[in-house]
Amino acid sequence: MNRWSLANFSALIFALGLAVLLFAVSVQLPLANAPMLVGNSIIAQGVADTGAANLVTAVVLAYRGLDTLGELSILFAAAGVVGLLLTGAKAAQSPLPAGGFVVSSAVHLLTPLLFVVGFYIIFHGHLTPGGGFQGGVILAMAFFLPYLVDYKPLQQEHQRLTLIESVAGGSFIVIGLFSLFSGQAFLQPFLGHGAFGNLWSAGTLPLLYIAVGLKVGSELSSLLINLLHAEDE
Amino acid sequence: MVSDAQAVQWLLYGGAFGLVVIGVFGLLALNNAFRLLLALIILESGANLLLVLSGFREQGMAPIILSTQAQAGIMNDPVPQALVLTAIVIGVGVQALALTLILRVKQRYQTLDMRQIKALMEKDISEQHQVAHLSSYESPAQISAGRESDKA
Repeated sequence: MNRWSLANFSALIFALGLAVLLFAVSVQLPLANAPMLVGNSIIAQGVADTGAANLVTAVVLAYRGLDTLGELSILFAAAGVVGLLLTGAKAAQSPLPAGGFVVSSAVHLLTPLLFVVGFYIIFHGHLTPGGGFQGGVILAMAFFLPYLVDYKPLQQEHQRLTLIESVAGGSFIVIGLFSLFSGQAFLQPFLGHGAFGNLWSAGTLPLLYIAVGLKVGSELSSLLINLLHAEDE
Repeated sequence: MVSDAQAVQWLLYGGAFGLVVIGVFGLLALNNAFRLLLALIILESGANLLLVLSGFREQGMAPIILSTQAQAGIMNDPVPQALVLTAIVIGVGVQALALTLILRVKQRYQTLDMRQIKALMEKDISEQHQVAHLSSYESPAQISAGRESDKA
């Protein structure tokens, strides 16, 4: 087959032209001096507003909490559609051969450590780099790794993950409604700010991040489990 | 003469824009559905890198306040970082969805080549609606060969 067809050639020319244009733009861009309007006021007032040391967490959960809820629902919709599309598919007879000694020992060794690291990153999301999304991905690995060792029936494990996911997603909304009915805006942090830099500080932000972490972890792992069980032929 | 700051600027923006260009070229030139998804992921990471770069300050620290008393130094913009966090998570959702669709198409048509998939889909659609299937001069050799073996 003719690999370098006309279409490929024109794609190459287009990409090169795009590269030249973007290079011309990048020469004029102000590096390290981009205008920073919202950011400056967030850096100035973030601690007074939310009590969180990590300002990214303050932006994600306090200033843009509603956006984070939307993001979670997009992830939920994606996971739901993946499950829906794959239920029609034939389930694999034996998805993977049982893991050998090395793999199974490593997984049994790693799983508790992954849980510890994941929860550490989630709990300290308002103090140090990290948070619910980052720790949630690590938790997803902790949920998913045992599947690489021994094959479990899809249903029972899936129900557990679905339970975690719905409780976490529900509690995120319940916390938001709580502040709405106590006379504030939806998802506005409450419970006071606490002592700056303590684990129990920044009001509801750590609680929200725990909900986010559990939701992301269970959702991503059920995505991976669904894809693992789909037959590929 | 290129100063150090300029060299760093070209490196950083070159990295971000380079990933974007590689992704666009991949989307245009590739035919394998899974490779198209990979090109999309590369394009996405280029865009994310560019967004993070827009909040970068010279000598800037991570936007984490260490103490309320001491005056903090220059900090990077936290807003693009939070936006990119959102974009990455949504990107994962989109990728998983695309991967599932690719998996289903593979199960149905036993191929990942977009040209073959397109021809087979057109054939399926015209069969469903009972209209004559017009074969294009671009249709891959395998499909026309398969059609001839059907006749035989």
